[in-house]
Amino acid sequence: MTNKQKKMLCRILASAVLYAVLIAGGRFGVVPADSFPAGLLMYLVPYAIVGWDIVYKAVRNILHGQVFDENFLMFIATLGALAVGEYSEAVAVMLFYQVGELFQNYAVNRSRQSITELMDICPEYANIEEDGQLKRVDPDEVEAGTVIVVKAGERIPLDGIVIKGDSMVDTSSLTGESVPKHVHEDSEVISGCVNGNGVLYIRTTREFDDSTVARILELVENASSKKAHVENFITRFAKYYTPAVVCAAVLLAAVMPLITGGGWLGWLQRACIFLVISCPCALVISVPLSFFGGIGAASRQGILVKGSNYLEAAAKLETVVFDKTGTLTKGQFTISKILPADGAAEEDILETAAHAESFSNHPVAQAVKNAYIERGGSLDTGRVSDCEEISGHGVRAKADGSTVLAGNEKLLRRYGVEPDSCSQAGSLVYVAKDGRYMGCIVVSDILKPQSIQAVAQLKKAGVKRTVMLTGDGKEAGEAAAAELCLDSVYTQLLPADKVSIVEKLLEEKENGTLAFVGDGINDAPVLTRADVGIAMGSMGSDAAIEAADIVLMDDDPLKIAKIVKISRMTLRIVRQNIIFALGVKAFVLLLGAFGLASMWEAVFADVGVSVIAICNAMRTLGTKNNKQ
Amino acid sequence: MKKKFKLQDLDCANCAAKMEDAIKKIDGVNDASVSFMTQKMTLDIEENRIDEVMKAVVAACSKIEPDCKIIL
Repeated sequence: MTNKQKKMLCRILASAVLYAVLIAGGRFGVVPADSFPAGLLMYLVPYAIVGWDIVYKAVRNILHGQVFDENFLMFIATLGALAVGEYSEAVAVMLFYQVGELFQNYAVNRSRQSITELMDICPEYANIEEDGQLKRVDPDEVEAGTVIVVKAGERIPLDGIVIKGDSMVDTSSLTGESVPKHVHEDSEVISGCVNGNGVLYIRTTREFDDSTVARILELVENASSKKAHVENFITRFAKYYTPAVVCAAVLLAAVMPLITGGGWLGWLQRACIFLVISCPCALVISVPLSFFGGIGAASRQGILVKGSNYLEAAAKLETVVFDKTGTLTKGQFTISKILPADGAAEEDILETAAHAESFSNHPVAQAVKNAYIERGGSLDTGRVSDCEEISGHGVRAKADGSTVLAGNEKLLRRYGVEPDSCSQAGSLVYVAKDGRYMGCIVVSDILKPQSIQAVAQLKKAGVKRTVMLTGDGKEAGEAAAAELCLDSVYTQLLPADKVSIVEKLLEEKENGTLAFVGDGINDAPVLTRADVGIAMGSMGSDAAIEAADIVLMDDDPLKIAKIVKISRMTLRIVRQNIIFALGVKAFVLLLGAFGLASMWEAVFADVGVSVIAICNAMRTLGTKNNKQ
Repeated sequence: MKKKFKLQDLDCANCAAKMEDAIKKIDGVNDASVSFMTQKMTLDIEENRIDEVMKAVVAACSKIEPDCKIIL
């Protein structure tokens, strides 16, 4: 509890004791509790003790023109009760209201804390070695390229590369992955991870503001500014709700007695009940709190959600479109076969292709280069010039004076070379030199072990359509799709085709939403076009984090089903809270209008409902426990 | 230009929503968001009039919730 809360508690207790004494005194006839003005004056003492700040704020805020201020409404309501001679009720209402406010305040603080604790990945300091001594400095002050020392058990403060040391690193706060990662010299490490048992010397590669940890924190903090439809609805609703209820109260107090002819006091009392119920706090607090909790629970699992609106959209997934490479497959290609054309040697084909692709970062090109080096070749980039990478096709380059083409069938045909057709599962790299077809390299990619289960889980969660998009050939793509039990597959696509297919799928779907899952490399346009863009974060790939709405930090496709689960849980709780809060309020308003409810029910409908809704909202955090 | 501020003693969610609304209406503020959860305020202010706009922002906040302080 904060000091402020403790003070409030003391005031409540003091007032409650005094109140009890007065009630008891009145019952035994010791004090004239119901008389005027003695009784009124006596009850004003506990009233003032517990509620002076409300009265003060009410007056101050009304001077600022805040008519529908909670304090003001409470003040008027209790004033009304005092006016109709219900002294003890007035004090009790104020007392109960303050108890509720205190509890609500406490609960919100607690939940806010536990959510921020979940995201507590911010490093406090960095160690720098200076004259043989370790010095603690603010991570903010460390420049890129500095060597920092991370001792056992400490959090890695900045992204960098290990230059000395060997250790197991716990990445769970970033990725939700509980198995520690082994790092050694030359391994890349990211900030936010906790060092296990060894000392690591790390050369930082980024400043703090650009480091993984700072980017993630910023992302999650900004998430609450992208509001879900429900949240916006509640804010709009709150704007009209309070004035409407207050107007109704005025009507009850001023007009009804004229119609029914008298009974001023009774109607005034009913109006006061309306005023107590007029605060929309239960909704205004609990709905954002639920979303915040959901986002917190997700980030605990290594799923970064960039806004409540995406959480809302993820709950309604109907179509999920997967990119194949790096998403469903590991994105690690290996060469499975080389098919030479007549008169060509395998080694020649590999050497030519590797050189032509020497400047390409495409995963397939990497695989070809690696295979060439593994088989004892050495890449000499000096032999290559005029490299041109043709997106979705392949590479054209000059090597040893001759023009080399390395890519798919389309590339070769584009330059007038007719390749032999080979029907092999995998990505095919056709190689041609000076317009003569040399042969074809078969490169295949391995499915991630979780992919099959990931698709199955999504179907179980009610996703109607699963689609795979790939630039691979027909055979390879269809074989993979069959293994994964996907509904449909589109093969031989250029990056630009993906957008048009996703647009087509967006039109075909019914009421749900469409998610595109990709690895964030060259599919940024598709990620933005889909209702929900889910990217494989590849531990901090900037492009992915930038373009996507949801980022899976550990590239595990199983997390897609998990985020659907978390988002549904969150939305269910939000709906429960809205229905519960509005239901109780409407019911008590109705009872109040007919004179069947007392101040007690009214206070319950206000703060009591808030507290229950807040406790319910906290359940969103509970999803963190189902780790397995 | 985007700026972030911490808020102290922001006790009610409804007030946060009202503050956000009022700040958005200030001339020179492109966008504003007040987060009750993180007790933070993010403002997007026109570059060359920061001082003037900030004064208006502080005034608007203290009008709605005098207990809440913006930590500049």
